[in-house]
Amino acid sequence: MVGTVLATHALTRDFRGFRAVDGVDLAVAAGTVHALVGPNGAGKTTLFNLLTGFLRPTSGRIEVGGRDITGLPPERIAGLGVARSFQITSLFPMLSAREHVELALQGRGRLGWRFWRSAKLLGRFRDRADELLAMVGFEELAEVPSDALPYGRKRALELALALALDPVVLLLDEPTAGMGLEDVDRTVDLVDRVRAGRTVVLVEHNMSVVGRLADRVTVLQGGRVLAEGAYDEVRADERVITAYLGAPDAAG
Amino acid sequence: MSVATKSPSLVRAAARAPRRLRWALLVIGLAIALWLPNGLYPAVAVDMLCWALFAVAVDLLLGYTGLLSFGHAAFWGTSAYATGLVAIHLGVPFPVAVLSGALVAAVLAVPIGYLAVRRTGIYFAMVTLAFAQMIYYIANNRRGLTGGENGLQSVPRELFGLDLTDAYYFYYAALPVVLLGLWAAWRIVNSPFGRVLVGIRDNPARARALGYPVHRYKLLAFVLSAFIAGLGGGLFAMAHRFVTLDTLHWTTSGKAVVMVVLGGIGTLWGGVLGAGLLVRLEDWLSFSGFEAVGLVTGGLFVVVVLVFRRGLWGTAAELLRRRSGLRRVRGGEQG
Ligand SMILES: Nc1ncnc2c1ncn2[C@@H]1O[C@H](COP(=O)(O)OP(=O)(O)OP(=O)(O)O)[C@@H](O)[C@H]1O
Ligand SMILES: [Mg+2]
Repeated sequence: MVGTVLATHALTRDFRGFRAVDGVDLAVAAGTVHALVGPNGAGKTTLFNLLTGFLRPTSGRIEVGGRDITGLPPERIAGLGVARSFQITSLFPMLSAREHVELALQGRGRLGWRFWRSAKLLGRFRDRADELLAMVGFEELAEVPSDALPYGRKRALELALALALDPVVLLLDEPTAGMGLEDVDRTVDLVDRVRAGRTVVLVEHNMSVVGRLADRVTVLQGGRVLAEGAYDEVRADERVITAYLGAPDAAG
Repeated sequence: MSVATKSPSLVRAAARAPRRLRWALLVIGLAIALWLPNGLYPAVAVDMLCWALFAVAVDLLLGYTGLLSFGHAAFWGTSAYATGLVAIHLGVPFPVAVLSGALVAAVLAVPIGYLAVRRTGIYFAMVTLAFAQMIYYIANNRRGLTGGENGLQSVPRELFGLDLTDAYYFYYAALPVVLLGLWAAWRIVNSPFGRVLVGIRDNPARARALGYPVHRYKLLAFVLSAFIAGLGGGLFAMAHRFVTLDTLHWTTSGKAVVMVVLGGIGTLWGGVLGAGLLVRLEDWLSFSGFEAVGLVTGGLFVVVVLVFRRGLWGTAAELLRRRSGLRRVRGGEQG
């Protein structure tokens, strides 16, 4: 049996009395793609925010590689090799795509503190940045301020930023949201390519994407784990069908 | 590939002036700096230098880190007193006194910044203001050290026995210190650190997700800004040869912010322009015996904010950008 790289124990988060994440026990095996699905408001993004330190749990614990990371701030968790993408694209509006990726690459060393050096030093990240941009399909527009980019490019950049951290655990929050078929295919191929040597946790509404990528699926509803198993098992589960897959708009 | 992509800009990607224009502006700026005490009262020119440093320091925080400090007089004034005391008691050359004053300001900025950067927006402004008021009252009460309301008097202005009594000569002695401070600010903004600051300013959550400890970066920016403000405050003490409580007053903090807004937030050189303009205007108004100086400067402030939303420098840069943008489009049609 492969080791668990990411685990939560009775993880719970309340928002003023409303329980968004409710006693979630999750065990993500190293090297797998683990999908997190569930209807809108199930608590998937809240769970990601807990895992990455953007929210503090009301109770419960989080472990990464056997180490308790509960309560660590986001930058420390990122430093431990847990990178995320955001469901709602979160970029630096005035920086270009290349500057974004350079900034992400720069974060891994101590260069960011060098206030007495020239920003031209960031040129050393250029080749790697262009490589990452090419990987997510960014052939042009690498120099345009990101707020002027079309939606699809912004989503691609969101992915490139998470990849630039070369994470051990990659958390992707609806990477294909709002994409056309072609971009969805490209994203699936990309995740398939970058999963080598990593563990991926994927929040995804598109069931065909889940089916193509996921080794294991956890279904959340109302903040609780409703079911967990291989894709086909979960898909056949009565409760899941009523709760989620049975919904008319959920057919992938 | 355009020029802009070779030298990524901080404030706006692909928005920096072309290289030749930047060199031209630098030469013009230096020429003005060298000529200034010949065209103005030298004492006024010296004041402009001091305030230019102060404004640039405030812009480093406001424009490049997204933090509005409303208590920077704490650093300007503390450095003024420290510089004065060092000069009085140790009799060192004045640049050394100014440098030690700035260092004291930077050290003071560590605890204040540590607490303040945990807040953002108006709360950050309030925390910095509160600390500045505290420093003001301490300075007022420690009369033995600061001279209280009488101020710190007869600060010596020493530089290897040179006679710097005349403000005209002092101006040229002070100019290198000021240029050094301005260069430092420019370097910080155009460094790997400066790039992180802009990221933090525009999207702190994403910066944290990329692994940047946002509070610590803001703290370093705060301390560096206090150091540059301290350079200005120390020189100000030297320029006037006495230090009063005014240097710590909240209106002093406000004045620096006004200069930055006049010149343009996040433009760096706009602060220099704003400082020059405001110092000149205030001098002219008080010289002509006008009573309500604040009314006129306040009025000017309102007009500039309403008409030139990006401040004077920012608006000029925007106009230039549009013109060169047009030219590029036309060139593209021909080619
Ligand atoms: N900061 C917050 N304050 C209050 N309530 C919140 C907050 N964040 C999330 N919630 C609530 O928690 C519940 C779970 O939200 P969450 O965003 O985690 O759902 P999700 O599974 O990601 O849904 P979607 O598929 O729409 O992205 C929702 O009811 C939401 O309104
Ligand atoms: Mg969500």
